[in-house]
Amino acid sequence: MQAKDIAELLNEPACTHNTKSKSGCARPKPGATAGGCSFDGAQIALLPIADVAHIVHGPIACAGSSWDNRGTRSSGSTLFRIGMTTDLTEQDVIMGRGEKRLFHAIKQAVATYSPAAVFVYNTCVPALTGDDISAVCKAAAEQCGVAVVPVDCAGFYGTKNLGNRIAGDAMFKHVIGTAEPLPVPPAAQREGITVHDVNLIGEYNIAGEFWNVLPLFDELGLRILCCLSGDTRFREVQTMHRAQANMVVCAKALLNVARKLQTDYQIPFFEGSFYGVTDTSQAFREFAQLLNDPSLTARTEAMIAREEAKINTLLDPWREQLRGKRVLLYTGGVKSWSIVSALQDLGLEVVATGTNKSTEEDKARIREIMGEKTKMITDGSPKALLGAVKEYQADILIAGGRNMYTALKARIPFLDINQEREFGYEGYSGMTELARQLALTLQSPVWDAVRKPAPWAVASSNEELHHG
Amino acid sequence: MAEILKRNKALAVNPLKASQPIGASLVFLGINHAIPMLHGSQGCTAFGKVFFVRHFREPIPLQTTAMDQVSTVMNADENVIEGLKAICEKSKPALIGVPTTGLSETQGTDIKRLVKDFYAAYPEFTHIPVVPVNTPDFSGCLESGYALAVKAVLETLLPSPLPSPMGRGSYTVNVLAGSFLTPGDIEHVKELIEAFGLQPLVLPDLADSLDGHLTEQETSPVTLGGTVVSDIATMGSSLATLVLGHSLCEAADYLKAQTGVPDYRFDSLMGLDAVDAFVSALAKISGKPVPAKIERQRAQLQDAMVDSHFMLGFMRVAIAADPDLLFGFAQLVHEMGGEVVAAVAPARSAILSSVAAAQVAIGDLEDLENTARSNGAQLVISNSHAVETARRLGIPLLRAGFPQYDLLGGYQRLWVGYRGTRQTLFDWANLLVEHGHHETPAYVSVYKREK
Repeated sequence: MQAKDIAELLNEPACTHNTKSKSGCARPKPGATAGGCSFDGAQIALLPIADVAHIVHGPIACAGSSWDNRGTRSSGSTLFRIGMTTDLTEQDVIMGRGEKRLFHAIKQAVATYSPAAVFVYNTCVPALTGDDISAVCKAAAEQCGVAVVPVDCAGFYGTKNLGNRIAGDAMFKHVIGTAEPLPVPPAAQREGITVHDVNLIGEYNIAGEFWNVLPLFDELGLRILCCLSGDTRFREVQTMHRAQANMVVCAKALLNVARKLQTDYQIPFFEGSFYGVTDTSQAFREFAQLLNDPSLTARTEAMIAREEAKINTLLDPWREQLRGKRVLLYTGGVKSWSIVSALQDLGLEVVATGTNKSTEEDKARIREIMGEKTKMITDGSPKALLGAVKEYQADILIAGGRNMYTALKARIPFLDINQEREFGYEGYSGMTELARQLALTLQSPVWDAVRKPAPWAVASSNEELHHG
Repeated sequence: MAEILKRNKALAVNPLKASQPIGASLVFLGINHAIPMLHGSQGCTAFGKVFFVRHFREPIPLQTTAMDQVSTVMNADENVIEGLKAICEKSKPALIGVPTTGLSETQGTDIKRLVKDFYAAYPEFTHIPVVPVNTPDFSGCLESGYALAVKAVLETLLPSPLPSPMGRGSYTVNVLAGSFLTPGDIEHVKELIEAFGLQPLVLPDLADSLDGHLTEQETSPVTLGGTVVSDIATMGSSLATLVLGHSLCEAADYLKAQTGVPDYRFDSLMGLDAVDAFVSALAKISGKPVPAKIERQRAQLQDAMVDSHFMLGFMRVAIAADPDLLFGFAQLVHEMGGEVVAAVAPARSAILSSVAAAQVAIGDLEDLENTARSNGAQLVISNSHAVETARRLGIPLLRAGFPQYDLLGGYQRLWVGYRGTRQTLFDWANLLVEHGHHETPAYVSVYKREK
């Protein structure tokens, strides 16, 4: 990938981070950086496309330590869970055999698994030695008769966030617009309901959580042409350009896809989230507004009223247990907002949040949502996080899985909200799961058990007191 | 305080209970060069033998007084005396246990008198202790039969009170090991005791007889390994007695009354608090600090508790087991923030009212199944008979207790101590994760065209 291409990806016009004090994504600091690389980001964004053979082109470290570790779920094909890599050897690197191996790898994947398409992820070593993966993909596609998509995402290009954009860019360049949607199945047509086609961008169906929300889309007559990329099929990505409205879910990861769909295909988009009662309702309202269908608006409001009443009854007992509990939220980015709304819906108090990737504008919004009292934390090191937990008397740390054991080793209740988690929190019904998990860890008798000293330690310190 | 639900149906369906004579036999199988002889019909022994052979995958010495129609109606006294003589002559055992059965008890046998009669008739065998114990299968269960036998062994070998505690210079610690302990458990308990420089004297020592080891001797009519009979008489000179299992309280009372050796009683050895209490007692008895190795095991358990609490918090568990085992598991579930939503014991015991559950039913696996279903249990803990129960419930089974027919090494499994508890937590969590009950069921949009 050329430097100018990277610069262009970093310069995302639709990203609010771009307009304020920091420009684009900050450069990682050697010796003081946690977080994934571009390959990680690209793979995370695209791996959930279930019927694709995802081939990681590189030596073993890239695929070897990352395959099949996502919490994303598919309702059909599970091809995406089969790890594939060219596993380059020293000889391949020295002799320049990477390209050849990749070509045969693609052929093998197609012959063995008949994938709907093949995605090839470039990694540092072949990027450095100069493998032309685009050319290999093109040649392989011609020979195999399936789409072979190069995703040029070597780790040294930059951060995980950049990798997300590279992934989006690859979809836009090579996949989106290459097929037309199939007609709505007659059996799915209902009287008085006009079916609208929409896309979700940046929804990964972690732990199957989007299945909490999907039935409501069906009910309202919103056909999801493509959910990029949870529980998605290759063909669905091809048809994204025919949607009438797009929603960018939660994060800004694939914002470039939404922006390009807007500029090239005039598809309007909004940013929203399915975490929390308030945000879930808001997301459906925004769709109704963008689609401008009075019948849809009416049905949406009715559905919201029904679902909110139902879930509030279910949540009330949990709220009593959770009210006033103090949360330290550390996601390192803007994802915080979407979770904050859900936590507030449950009566928890967010006392501090991570802002090291936020712009001034983000911070203003955090203050707006959470109030002036909320502390902002820029240092995400384990020591700093634990210090903050103590300083702000937080009852629980909510963060990504990477920080889980930091909290647990310090005997602090924890909720994992990262992509490896095993529980789905989206939508109205996901809120009961979220409440349950919060109560589970907050109320666990384990904390008292592990905080108290061994009985003999107490006895001996008492003796010392007596003797002293 | 659990409410105890009485057995309320005529038919036991998928029984949970194993009988008192089985439990009593198990004690004798933990004594070196011993053999139990059930006073009953051949079948009482044959079924018992199959039960143990399948569970332990070991040859099991078990004899019978072989009551037939005539002896049952007329008098079976001669069967006992003849049987004892035959065993003494043929096998030269170090001890013979004689548990009675429903048959002999109904007939009205006086087993203690028969032992006296035997010695009177054959004085050449007075050096071989014979332990009679009344264990009709129409009352109690495996655990209570086991407890009665432990007490009977003590009554036989420590018949009169010792003048005064002798053993202040000794390093020996008596261990009365309850039926909830596997040979693997007892092995670990011994290691813990030895770690404090103490010498365990375990009754019965199943870790030495039924731990599943190949021996030089190819066959043996009596047990190989277990508590040495002559050691039992020396229990009065030990430093202390550790009583493991509430069911052994009466046996412990007897031992204490006869010997004056102070005892420390533990209802369970599962879970941080229970093991802390046990380790504290060892530190106190030995006067030594807790070894670093055990401190480390404690810290490992704590880490496991923290790691597994995400899966185990709020988990809903159904347990069917003998009272002591049920108590121990329920306590551990409770300590992890889970809930015992179905608890069934085969017979009554004082400990049941302390089980950490709202209700404990005296009943069978059908009772367990029904309660587990209506209360939404996620995991069953019971013996191998519950395989089908768990399958019908659609939830995983963790095998524990007797019998474990379909699991290799179940008898050797370690449940107690910091280490055993840790493994239990891992197994629970893994079973729950593997069965993925928390996952949102897949939903396919009515508009979806690609599979």
